This record gives sequence, structure tokens and C-alpha cells, in this order.
Amino acid sequence: MISFGLPPTETFAALQRAARERILILDGAMGTMIQTLNMTEEDFTANGHIHGPGCRHHATDHPQKGNNDLLVLTQPDAVEEIQLQFALAGADILETNTFSSTTIAQADYGLEGAVHDLNVAAARVARRAGDRATAKDGKPRWVAGAVGPTNRTASISPDVNDPGYRAVTFDDLRVAYGQQIDGLIEGGSDLILIETIFDTLNAKAAIFAAFESFAKVGRRLPIMISGTITDASGRTLSGQTPTAFWHSVRHSRPFTVGLNCALGADAMRPHLAELAGVAETMTCAYPNAGLPNAFGQYDETPEDTAGKVEVFAKEGLVNVVGGCCGTTPDHIRAIAEHVAAYAPRKLDETVDA
Amino acid sequence: MRDRLLRLSGLEPFVLTKDIPFVNVGERTNVTGSARFRKLITNRDYAAALDVARDQVENGAQIIDINMDEGLIDSKQAMVDFLNLVAAEPDIARVPIMIDSSKWEVIEAGLKCVQGKPIVNSISLKEGEEAFLHHAGLCLAYGAAVVVMAFDEEGQADSFERKTEICARAYRILTEQVGFPPEDIIFDPNVFAVATGIEEHDNYGVDFIEATKWIRQNLPYCHISGGVSNLSFSFRGNEPVREAMHAVFLYHAIKVGMDMGIVNAGQLAVYDQIDPDLREACEDVVLNRKPKNGASATENMLEIAERFKGGAREEKKRDLAWREWPVAKRLEHALVNGITEFVEEDTEAARQEADKPLEVIEGPLMAGMNVVGDLFGAGKMFLPQVVKSARVMKQAVAVLLPYMEEEKRKSGGGGGRDTAGTVLMATVKGDVHDIGKNIVGVVLACNNYEIVDLGVMVPPQKILEEAKAHNVDVIGLSGLITPSLDEMVHLASEMQREGFDIPLLIGGATTSKVHTAVKISPQYTRNQAIYVTDASRAVGVVSLLLSATQRQPYIDGIRAEYTEVAEAHERAEAAKQRLPLAAARANAMQIDWTDYSVPAPRFTGTKVIEDWDLAEIARYIDWTPFFHTWELRGTYPRILEHEKYGEAARSLFADAQSMLQRIIGEKWFGPRAAVGFWPANRAGDDDIRLFTGADRSEELATLHTLRQQTSKRQGRPNVAMADFVAPEGTDDWIGAFVVTAGPEEIAIAEKFEKAGDDYGAIMVKALADRYAEAMAEMLHQRVRRDYWGYATDESFAPHELVGEPYRGIRPAPGYPAQPDHTEKTTLFRLLDAEATTGVTLTESMAMWPGSSVSGIYIGHPEAFYFGVAKVERDQVADYAQRKGMELAEAERWLTPILNYRPDATAAVAAE
Repeated sequence: MISFGLPPTETFAALQRAARERILILDGAMGTMIQTLNMTEEDFTANGHIHGPGCRHHATDHPQKGNNDLLVLTQPDAVEEIQLQFALAGADILETNTFSSTTIAQADYGLEGAVHDLNVAAARVARRAGDRATAKDGKPRWVAGAVGPTNRTASISPDVNDPGYRAVTFDDLRVAYGQQIDGLIEGGSDLILIETIFDTLNAKAAIFAAFESFAKVGRRLPIMISGTITDASGRTLSGQTPTAFWHSVRHSRPFTVGLNCALGADAMRPHLAELAGVAETMTCAYPNAGLPNAFGQYDETPEDTAGKVEVFAKEGLVNVVGGCCGTTPDHIRAIAEHVAAYAPRKLDETVDA
Repeated sequence: MRDRLLRLSGLEPFVLTKDIPFVNVGERTNVTGSARFRKLITNRDYAAALDVARDQVENGAQIIDINMDEGLIDSKQAMVDFLNLVAAEPDIARVPIMIDSSKWEVIEAGLKCVQGKPIVNSISLKEGEEAFLHHAGLCLAYGAAVVVMAFDEEGQADSFERKTEICARAYRILTEQVGFPPEDIIFDPNVFAVATGIEEHDNYGVDFIEATKWIRQNLPYCHISGGVSNLSFSFRGNEPVREAMHAVFLYHAIKVGMDMGIVNAGQLAVYDQIDPDLREACEDVVLNRKPKNGASATENMLEIAERFKGGAREEKKRDLAWREWPVAKRLEHALVNGITEFVEEDTEAARQEADKPLEVIEGPLMAGMNVVGDLFGAGKMFLPQVVKSARVMKQAVAVLLPYMEEEKRKSGGGGGRDTAGTVLMATVKGDVHDIGKNIVGVVLACNNYEIVDLGVMVPPQKILEEAKAHNVDVIGLSGLITPSLDEMVHLASEMQREGFDIPLLIGGATTSKVHTAVKISPQYTRNQAIYVTDASRAVGVVSLLLSATQRQPYIDGIRAEYTEVAEAHERAEAAKQRLPLAAARANAMQIDWTDYSVPAPRFTGTKVIEDWDLAEIARYIDWTPFFHTWELRGTYPRILEHEKYGEAARSLFADAQSMLQRIIGEKWFGPRAAVGFWPANRAGDDDIRLFTGADRSEELATLHTLRQQTSKRQGRPNVAMADFVAPEGTDDWIGAFVVTAGPEEIAIAEKFEKAGDDYGAIMVKALADRYAEAMAEMLHQRVRRDYWGYATDESFAPHELVGEPYRGIRPAPGYPAQPDHTEKTTLFRLLDAEATTGVTLTESMAMWPGSSVSGIYIGHPEAFYFGVAKVERDQVADYAQRKGMELAEAERWLTPILNYRPDATAAVAAE
């Protein structure tokens, strides 16, 4: 159960070494890249063979278009290609395409049974993309198994008239996250990235599940924790300030803590600064390419986003940067170029609150 | 490496930095520590339980301890339910939670409900290393700090050696085997009772303090906590002594490193202010010293404890050292402590120092009132004390007024002072009750608002005219009887019509958030109607409303909340099943009248009672509502010892007693009463017919009653008051009464007001009110024993009557058993009450003077008080017909209990 006694994986030390030398680059958005491929229902289900050849998952009544995570089974080459482009643009860390690969999130598509395969396959696809990039330029690439927030909240009631009600419990989440993380490790992930956290209790369940999964395999993977602050109050959806959020997840002893998604880099900066001021670990930030316009598209050019992310680096707020919704390989390339000149944030610069 | 500090969180972070010498953990949400909280949880009154949690946070608790270890409840479920509800209250969830249970399964269930970083209280080596390792590992995985009790397989540590040995062992296991961060470990080395008379206990205080010192020196980064109240266990009931012991103990323990504790902050003496003799005795027992006089420390303590038992604080010697302070400080002291004695000379001195008299108000007096406002806001002063402060303020202003007018005359006008805003206050048309309104006015005035008080029975047109004339910023309406609710709705619609754009505050006994949200708020959309629970909230609400930046977000929040409340209300009402009147009647209460016999009253007709003894009535006063009037919520006499309100309550009670002596001695009130009895029988299903004579041939009057129409569980009747009266064929009687403390209170209150003494004015009204209620209680007893005489041998003492242990009831029109106020007209006619008692009815059926009570007497032993609750159109139509009233008029009087919208058909047609 207690995983801090476990030996850290070798990548842990390698990552920390690299992150001390320079600002590491995380890849960009998978979802908005997939949208540009304009895939059809048939593409998503591989013409009804959800799993492709040797299918174990029968088509359900649910349409699968929009179930991006399914593509690691049905269009693995397309996913790999996107990840390769990100890697060649300069990304050191590639995220698996598993934002919604839990039984809870896949319930919308009737694919709860596919969760293990989705995660194993997604890690392998990302691994392949990373290895291909390394073969080309000789630089190491790490695979971060992405754990999304699910579509339920453990500390907020969806029913305003019954504030004590919960649509999901800690244990529901722990079990679902555990399945996902087991698959991600089996597929060869180097890290676990718990991201887009809007309810810290969900994240705590994911951390707990990660500990359990680590205990099963006997090694401790580095964890990255990334919250999201979506409104002007400067708090998470579940109401925590950035510092309170850090105190709540600090027990995971993460490789990085940081923020992603939300309202773009400008709006993220003050919250990131608060976090960087209190966290005695590395920090990570991967904002959206601004706010979506009326058509759901992101207008910031690679230069726009990179210029804003450069501010994070210039102010010494970050150790890892990347992009979230709306960022393309060009954005990642521009970000990598813009931050290259700056030293990573130093841990001993933090002051006590 | 950063400092290894304990870092916790709720919605906001908490770091135990070196600047914080001691963290007080709120303990009132602990069922084992608070009888009140236990009761709320066992009754599943979670709303009130949340209020307890909220109060703690508002009063400065940095962490709240939640404990549900009670044998009669499912502790695990209660922990989960309560924590989930707390999570929905940002003003509570702000602070970290201490999840407190002796059962691991309860703790673990709690850990799964909090998003912040909590503290687990507690784990220990009691069940051996394996369980300890398991629990500690889980705490780490859930992300919690832990309290570790000094407890091992052998039992609880009581000596220095055992405490330090167990804590060192636990520390080693946690840091070396589990990898627990040492800054997240809080040791509880067990506080035990001292001065118990058992010699082995004498060193417990020293053992704790020494162990604390050793642990802090030898086990780096950890913390020390403890439940301090255990220490003084043998002095239960002697609060002054307990508080002194706790203060002395903490003084020494904090010095050596105790940095956290479960302590009732309101019950802690200040170390430096403890009487030197008492402090010395406390130090002797806490530090196990040999007293100077050679006796044993415990014996000394017991002896001295007697001396300080209760009362010690009231008899505090008058300390006049503050008279040496500079004048501004003297005024502040007088304001905070409500001392009028020197206010005139101090104000005069301040005036001579100032350039202009106005500067005294805007300088030292307002500064002092700001201190009062802050203390009140922080829950450190209570309403009666604030009203006393206001009295000091008024008297000071009275000294300055002539000079200010003189100045104004010289300078030719101008020179008004800056106020925070102007608030108009009024009791609405037809209503005479004004104690609550006056209290709100005083509290607002204390906070530098100018009050335009229009008094009672104010017609809407006058309210609107005065609001315009004074250009007020807020209107506050008060009312106590149900017809006032309609007046408020009416006023809101008038404000809308006349284009007002200022907030409307609603308060008073029958008002509610639901009524405001459902009925008043929709009438007034140009600005917002806001329900204010009590006087202590008024200042916060008004200041938000008058703040340029906070007003809009606040109003938006209220609007959203009211929309929700209205919708929830609509749904809840729709869900409630009402029975048709015929079905309700078929399920009437069936009393077996076959062998029923009750003596005839000693007289038929009316009797006027004038021989009232004011001292005798006072014995019948139920004091609990008196304290409620002053927003000290608790039950008399326990409130006098209340942990938080006790001191304020004792002081208020002493003031009430001394005024009571004057009321009796100087015969301030002229109580009067009329009481009557008539032969009566149930008529039809729901009415009571009264007859002029014993032969029951000539009808005198009919009392109409209303029947419950809610859908009842099997075996529960749909009751109407008529059910309690015998049908034709069995002799029964009905009594009626009106009592009043008399109109004298009004003139007396005015006299106080004129003298700048609002405290006295409110006090005399509150007491007159209690007098009327006490008279009703006393008269009812006389009726049972004598006038009607069905319980001649009843022998309850006055204070026993509070629980209504006696036979028979005295329901009043306008109250839940008969919500129709217009039945009072019948009652008054029967008793010729206006002539015999001087009490009159307003157009809203309020009794004037306000300190009056009326009702009918029902004698059957099975009669009880009930609520009619909501009624349907079929009953209202039937009732109107029985009363000979137009349906619309009946609907108007019964508005608050209608389960339908009288205008619904019209509305449908219009759509």
C-alpha cells in the first residue's frame, strides 16, 4: 500500500536531471488536432469493428464519433502521426490519448469494457511515436499516461436542492482510475499525469489509485499534477485557491505540480505565480491557445501563445511547459524556441507563505 | 529545503507558521463535547448543525473538529452526510477539517469526503504496530496529517517516561518505516485531571508539560495537541476556576511547545487577569508545587475554588483605573462596557479639547462605536451589550447637541455629520409590535447609520412619503402578526409602482425567507426585497447594500438564492398531498364522549379581574423568550451558564431583575383582564356554538375553526379545534380571556427614549410583553383550579408551568391552531373586552397595546396544540360561508395558509 518506500523508476532520476538543466517541453493538444482530420463515424469505429482486426469489443448502440480516445484502437496510425509531429516539434514528454479512458467517462459511449485495452494501446502508440522521434534526433522522449478528471465531481452535488448528494464517490473514482493507471503502466508509460483537475477530491482518488497501482508493479512512477482554474475568482471549480490545492495534493510528492487548459496563458499567469511561490517541487504549465471563439476554434497563433508562455519562463515560474486545447505542433515548436533561452525555475527560490 | 511546516487546507490554505503560537481547534461540532450538537445530529437537524460549524468558523476557529461518535447514530453515515454538506458551504469549508473518531472506519469514510488536507484524530499504537502502520499508511495515501495519541498496547501513557517513550517509538515508525513527513505528526500526550484528591494524579500536569518539552526538543518538526478541559474535570460546575486552571496550564504548556489544542476559546481566562490567589493555587496544582502555606495543593485549590465559585465575576471589584486614561480612551472604554456614569463629564472634556463639538462625535465617539461594531461582528459582544453601548453614545450626543445647534445658528446652517447611510424603519399598518424593530434601529445607529423610525401602525403611503422626504437609502419593515405579511407585499408593489430603487428589508416573527422570496421579492423587481433573520445580521446586510462594489454581487446572489427558494417551495408544495375537506372531516379526531363529564364553571358570562399583584405575576414569567428577544438563544436558566452567552445573559438578567423591582415597587403597569365561560357544544363538523344559559336553548355566538387538510399517516386524525368540544347531548363549556399588562409601557418607554436610553425603552417593552404572557399563564391556572375548577387539586409551581403539564389548552386566534385572526372579534364581543380591559383591535386584528394576550379555554384532557397548516379552496369556501364572509375576504385573512393561488383562475384566463 505505502509506495514511498518503493524504488523510483530510473526515468524519475533522468527526468529530474533533465528538468534541472533546461525547461522541458510537453506536447500539445490531441483533441483539437483530431478535429482537424474530420473523421466520420466509420473512421471512429473502423467500419464497425471497433477494435479493428481481432476485435474484442463489439459495436454498441452508441455512436462513437467524438470518442477520441477510441482512435488508439481504431486509427492508431493517425494518433501516432500527431504525436510524432509534436515530438519532432520539440516535445520531450508525450501525453497518451487517454483523457477519457476510464469506465466513468467511457460510460457515455458504452465502452466501459474497453478501458484496459484503450490505456495499454494508447501508451504503446505514444511510445512508438517517441521512439521514432528519438531514432531521428537522438533525444530521449518520455510518455506521460494522461488521467483526466472524468465527467463527475466527488465534492460537488449536481443537484442544487440536495447539496449532500454525490453522483460519484471517492471509491468509484479510485477503482476507475486504478484500472486506467494499471493499463497505462502496462503499456509502457514513464509517468502518470493527473490533469485538468477541477475537483481536488477526484484528483486525490486518482493519487490514491496511482499508489495502489505502483504497489502492484513494485515501482514508483513520477506523478505530474495539473489543476485547472476556469473562472476569474482564481479558484478551482470545487472552490480551492491554488495554494490550498497544492496542500491537498502535496502528499503525492509529484515530479511537477501546475496548471493547464482554462482561459489561456495570460489568465493563468497569476495563479501559476502563486503555485510557483509555494510548491517545493517542479512546476508545469500548459495553457490553451487562448479562449475559443464563437465557432469553438482557437485563434492564437503559435507566436501569440509562445510569447505569453515565454513570460512564464522569463519570470522563473516553470520547469515544464506545453500546450493544451488549440495548440498545434507549430505552437509547440514556437514555445520550445521561445523558452530555450531561459533557465528553469529554481526550487530554492520559493518562500514560505 | 523549505521549513518543514504543517500545511493544511480547506478551500483555503492553512500553514502553522512560527508566528502562530497556538491553534485553537473548534470543538463545538463534536457530539461527545457538545450536548447541543449531539441533539442536532441525532435529530438530523443538519441545517442547524451547519450553523454551529459556521459560527465556529466565523468566530475564528482555524480548524474545526468533527466527531460523530454517538452510540445512537450511525456514526459513519453521519460523518459522510455532514462532511458532504459542509463541502457545499464555502464559508465553513474554507478551513481545514479535523476528522475525529475512535473508529477507524469512520475516519476512513470521512477521508473520502474532503478535498482539502485534513487532520485525522487520532491513530495510536493501542492495537499494535501492524494496525498503526496500516492506518498511518492510509493517512499518507489520503493526504492527511495525524494526531497520534500517547497510547500503546499497554494502555494510555500517564507518566513522563511512558509518554515520551511511546511518542518516540511512534515517531520512529512513522518517519522511518512509513515515510510520514514529521511536520504532519501531532502528538497528544494525554491531558488528565489534576487535583482529584488521588495522590497519583498530582503530577499529571507536570508530566504533560515535561513530556511536551521533551518531544519538541527530541522529535523534530512534530506538534503537540491536547484536550485541555480534561485537566479540570474535578471542578465541573465551577467555571471560573476551570477557566483559570486551563489558562494557567496552557500558559506553561505553550511555553514549552504545545501548539494546538481543543479548547473553548470563549471559556478561557486571561492568564494575567486571574486573581493572584487563584492563579497561585492553579499553578500549585498544575505544576504540582508545594504551596507556601504548607497545606496540600489540592486542598488549597478546593478551598479557594469555593470562594470563586460562580458569582465571582459579577462581584468584580469596581476598577476605576481607566479613569486615568486619556479622554478618547475613556470614551471608548465607556462605550464598549456600556458605562453611562461618567459619559457626560468625559464628553464635556472631549468637547473642550476639540475645535468643534462635531469632532467629538466623528472622532472618539465613532472610533469607540467602531470598536463595538467590530466586537459585535466578531461575536465577542452580544446584543444587550451593544444596546447598552448605544445608550452611552446617545447620552454623549445629547451633551453635544446644544453646542452643535448653537454653532449651526452662528454659522447659518450646514454642519451635518457624515453618516454611513439612512435607513427608514417602520412596523407596518395594523401591527403594533416593535421590540425587534427598535433593536435593529439601535444596532444600525451604533454603526453610524441614520435611522428614521416611523414607529408602529404606519400606513404604506406614509412610509413612501417619508422615504422620499428623507431620501433614505434603505427601507426596513417589521411585523409580528400574519396579516402584516400582506401589508409588506402591498408595500413592495407600491414601491415598484412609484419607481423606488432602494433595497427593502423584511424582518419580524412571522416573516421568513420563503415568504420574502415567494411573495414579496417578485413584487419589487426594481431593486430587491431581502429577508433579515435577526438584528445581528442587519448591519452586515445594510453595509453590503450600501457598498458601491459589493452591492450588485450581493443582490445578484440574493436574487439567485430567492429564485431557488421559490422554485424549491413550489415543488415542495406541489408534492404535498392535501385531502378534500370531506375526507379530512371523515378522519376527524374521535374523542369518546360517552362517559365524559366536566364540572360547570363557577359562573357563566364575563368577569373582569383587576386585583393583580405585580410581584405575583412576575413569578410566572417564562424567561426563555425574554433572552430570545435579545438574541441570546438558549433556555433559561441554563443560558446563564452558557459558554458563550453566559456573561451577557447574567448581566442582562440582572438589569431585568432590577427593572422588575421598580415595576413592582413603583407600580408601573396596570394589568387588567377579562375572562368568561359559556355552555358550548360542537356544531356541525368544525364549529363551536356558545349558549347564553345552562338550558342551551338560546344561541350566543359561534366560534369557527379550521381543519387540517394534510394527508396523514394511518391512525393520525385531521384535527380541528371543534373536535375537542363535546357534541350536543354532553355538557361542555368554552372559556375566553383577554389579558393586558396595560398601556402604561408605551409612555414609560417613551420616557426612556427621550432620555437617550434605548436600552431601558426596549427592556420595559420586553418585560411588559413577558408580563402579559405571565398573566395568561397565571390566569389559566386560576381558571383550572377555581373559575372552571376542573383541576382543583392542581399544584404545579409557576416555573413548572412552562412545559404545559396541565389539563386543557388556551389557543389564540392568529396562531397555528386557529390561524384566522378575525375570530378575535367574536372573542372581544363576548368579553366586551374593549370596555373591560382597554384593549382594542387594529384593522389587521393586532391587539393594542402590544403587551396583550387573548385566547379561548378548552377543557378536555386530550386537547392539544396543533398547527392547521395549509388549507384548500374547498375548506375556505365552506369556512367563508359558515362565517358569512365573502370568499375573497376569507382568502385575504387566510393568505399565509392557502394551499392554492386565489387568483390562479384569473391568471390562467389572462394567459
